[in-house]
Amino acid sequence: MRRTTRGAALVLPLLGALAAGQASAQQAVSQNLAHDPGAHAPASHEVYFGAVLFDRLEWGVGLDGSPNVARWDGQAWYGTDYDKIWIKTQGEVERGRRAENAEVQLLYSRLIGYYWDFQAGVRYDARPRPDRTYGVIGVQGLAPGLFEVDLQAFVSERGDLSARVELSYDLYITQRLVLQPNVEVNLAAQRVRELGVNSGFSDVEAGLRLRYEFTREVAPYVGVNYTRRFGEAARYARDEGGRAESVEFVSGIRLFF
Amino acid sequence: MAELSLPRRSMLAAGIAAIAAPALSRSALAQPVIGRMMPREFNLAIEHVSLNITGSPRSAIAVNRSVPAPVLRFREGEEVVINVANRLRESTSIHWHGLILPSGQDGVPGISDGFQGIAAGETHQYRFPLVQAGTYWYHSHSGTQEQAGLYGPLVIDPARAEPFGFDRDYIIQLSDWTDENPHRVIQNLKRDAGYYNYNKRTAASLANELARAPNAQAREAIIRDRMMWGEMRMDPTDIEDVTGYTFLVNGRTPEQNFTAAYRPGETVRLRFINSGAMSHFDVRIPGLEMTVVQAHGNNVQPVAIDEFRIAPAETFDVLVRPTGGRQFQILAESMGRQGFASASLATQNGLPMLPLPSHRERPLLTMADMGGNYGPRGLDRGTLRPETDRPGQIAPMESMDMGGMDHSGMPGMSGMGSGGAQGGMQGMDHSNMPGMNRGAPAPAGRGGRVQAPSGTAPMDHSTMPGMDHSNMPGMGRSSSLASDPMFRLASASIPSGSVPGPGNFTLAQATRGQGGMSGMDHSNMPGMDHSTMPGMDHSGMPGMGQPQQARPTQPRRPQGQQNPPAPRRDQRSAAPAAPDHSAMGHGAPGTGQVGQVDTSAASAHAGHGGMTPPDPFAVNTGAPPGARVLTYRMLRALSNPYPVREPDRILEVRLTGNMERYFWAINGNRFSEAQPIVLTLGERVRMRFINETMMSHPMHLHGVWMQPQVGNGAQNPLLHTISVKPGSTLDVDVEADAEGGWAFHCHMLFHMETGMMRKVEIRRQPRVASNG
Repeated sequence: MRRTTRGAALVLPLLGALAAGQASAQQAVSQNLAHDPGAHAPASHEVYFGAVLFDRLEWGVGLDGSPNVARWDGQAWYGTDYDKIWIKTQGEVERGRRAENAEVQLLYSRLIGYYWDFQAGVRYDARPRPDRTYGVIGVQGLAPGLFEVDLQAFVSERGDLSARVELSYDLYITQRLVLQPNVEVNLAAQRVRELGVNSGFSDVEAGLRLRYEFTREVAPYVGVNYTRRFGEAARYARDEGGRAESVEFVSGIRLFF
Repeated sequence: MAELSLPRRSMLAAGIAAIAAPALSRSALAQPVIGRMMPREFNLAIEHVSLNITGSPRSAIAVNRSVPAPVLRFREGEEVVINVANRLRESTSIHWHGLILPSGQDGVPGISDGFQGIAAGETHQYRFPLVQAGTYWYHSHSGTQEQAGLYGPLVIDPARAEPFGFDRDYIIQLSDWTDENPHRVIQNLKRDAGYYNYNKRTAASLANELARAPNAQAREAIIRDRMMWGEMRMDPTDIEDVTGYTFLVNGRTPEQNFTAAYRPGETVRLRFINSGAMSHFDVRIPGLEMTVVQAHGNNVQPVAIDEFRIAPAETFDVLVRPTGGRQFQILAESMGRQGFASASLATQNGLPMLPLPSHRERPLLTMADMGGNYGPRGLDRGTLRPETDRPGQIAPMESMDMGGMDHSGMPGMSGMGSGGAQGGMQGMDHSNMPGMNRGAPAPAGRGGRVQAPSGTAPMDHSTMPGMDHSNMPGMGRSSSLASDPMFRLASASIPSGSVPGPGNFTLAQATRGQGGMSGMDHSNMPGMDHSTMPGMDHSGMPGMGQPQQARPTQPRRPQGQQNPPAPRRDQRSAAPAAPDHSAMGHGAPGTGQVGQVDTSAASAHAGHGGMTPPDPFAVNTGAPPGARVLTYRMLRALSNPYPVREPDRILEVRLTGNMERYFWAINGNRFSEAQPIVLTLGERVRMRFINETMMSHPMHLHGVWMQPQVGNGAQNPLLHTISVKPGSTLDVDVEADAEGGWAFHCHMLFHMETGMMRKVEIRRQPRVASNG
């Protein structure tokens, strides 16, 4: 309950800012009309649209003694060409444990360039314990070479700074068979003892997934996923019977609606 | 009182498209119908119907329960009243495409004077006089209703005899049908602009290309080309945004085989209308020559062709003379080669369709389509208040900026931009203006940019499709066409004295000229496969790496060694090899010999050095060598109500958008955020279209004619829709002689819906300000 309230406290100003933005846009339009008596109201309005993408919904079988893992990584957006509400979520559950990582982000997204969105909002990590709330800013888009890029910086409720870099690339082998390499790197500016985070690299994840797009919406895949934890995170992982390094054979489905 | 032109109250009543052959009897033609006491009245009811095109029923929008909507047949000079009843659950509208009428009758909600659409359940009365004749069409201007079936043909019989004769008259209305909800199509494009593209470049296609490449150089070029497109985050295979279409002729699938019946020896008029929401078609009738007699409803000097490309919303009337009782196939292949619309010309109805040919090679976008050297920009945009590009609407151009030239800073060029200086340029033949040849000094300041890797890549012909003509079908056909007596038909049937100028005689010249072209057998020509050509070092071409050597007024033509000089520029551009090459320096239109006021963009830019913009009029349908492909330049208006004069000002109309996010715009502002373009009644403006995107945009301006400056002077054609190719710059003159609010938009439906639209206001009072 307390968490919810805190989350809302962070979300509400965000929505407020969004509403203000829209209000000022409307104001600008009405000013235009005022200055331009000949102008009619536009016949076409903004198109609102949205999508849900679960890039990863998978089960990983640990190789070489690594634990089995269920993992998800998804996002959804809704809005106009320029202004969108963007939700991101990712997490993983190791077999026989409770959720090891589970986070959700609520962002406002604004198109700032041909290929780039600026995003800002909040992130809530339900796992690991203790749960944390972060402020988020970032950019998401398409880098030269057709790399999907997501750069995010976080500041926790305690003032801890961290960052995340995600890169992926869709290599079309045929029109429907797509090989997707991806990398995710998490960095921290300082040690956060209770989360097992050291300053510097906290973890690196790399994957290679081969999907078959029966449709753009439904694409099952297989692949491998490699995770490496550093510093205290690695030590904690080992202390808890885990490993600093793990490799899984993954199979799952990509959903895009 | 209610009367419908040729009404058939059944779905897909293809019969509606056949206009009774003797309808244009000579006596009827001689009698203008001006002076009717009462306007004729028509009733149209718009409603949802279930339509089954592909095998599964879908919701469509019909007029009088017909998809396409019934033929409306009017007479020039009469006044008509059209009652449109909206039985949908949403607002609707009908726009009379290409008709010159009062703004309030034009039917665009929120733009036409006083018109806000027809609310659900209401009936709206249109009433307007018909001041023109020809082939037009009508369609909804609300949302995506046009894609759902709300389109129909509109034919206006002339008050006076047309300068050509024919025995039979058919409408060939092309369209594209999707089982998907059109709103869903937009959503799909917005969440993934490549959603419908299953012709992407893949690792498999790369392996194929590499295996086929003749040598290491070619392989290197292929790799470099791939990397370059990736670097630019663009997709060269993005020819058509939407796939999954079934293409129709008069509402019929190829299997349903709409048949235009003829008797051997008859002359048949085919009124082609492209009502496709998102589809360009390449049209041909294998074995038959076509003579274009009208373009967009207006008479043109008859011109014999083998093929033409028709952009959405365009109409072309052609005459054909099928002989021998054969069944001929009218083929309209979509530009992206996803399918055919097809119909038959046969001596009887009910024959099965002829088997469809295999598809021609899919076009690939080239660096020329990317543009990058558009000439001076920053001109008057015609808005009352200054307007700037919104972020995210202009593709980053660094890697495409071949010449890297900022023409606006060039001495002598600044005058080109402002309307005020135009007056002093009257009568100048710009092609002879020494001051225009600024190729040498211009790039000096930023010469380093020219060496960018992307600057060389477009010259790799080995990656260009369709360059190897040796295995193309129909190589021998063209010569037999040239000897076909078809031409006599058209010229013989022209009543003597009714054609102003030497129209029909130029026609004969064209035939002769073509004969020389069509006799060529390219299949034996060494070097047409450029990938194997040694010494194709294009770096010596004007502006392609050594700009200081540029001699833009005399562009060198590397393939001139193989190609005998074509007799006329427009025929050369019709040759299939030309369009791609035209981007590289020899695309400069030969405007020098024609109208002295032809300060067209292409000719103005031809002398800037650097990479010459692509020939905006070249059309590459993938036709076999020697085939005559219609271009705007081949269209010569038989009459033009407007005097030839210099424009009062030049308006910049940059076609922009974000292909990654799938929204489109004019001058970097989507319709929802854009100001109207304001013109003064009576002025002549030159719209300088600059297509900065990689798609073709058929731009339609309501209410007034557009006159593309194709270099035919007083005979420049009058069109209602101008297809602007990717990366090209082209000038279109508009006489602002119709007061009121007019829609101005791309006729690719989803481009319009996602922002490529403006309101053009033609006002009596002078403009108060501009940002020119």
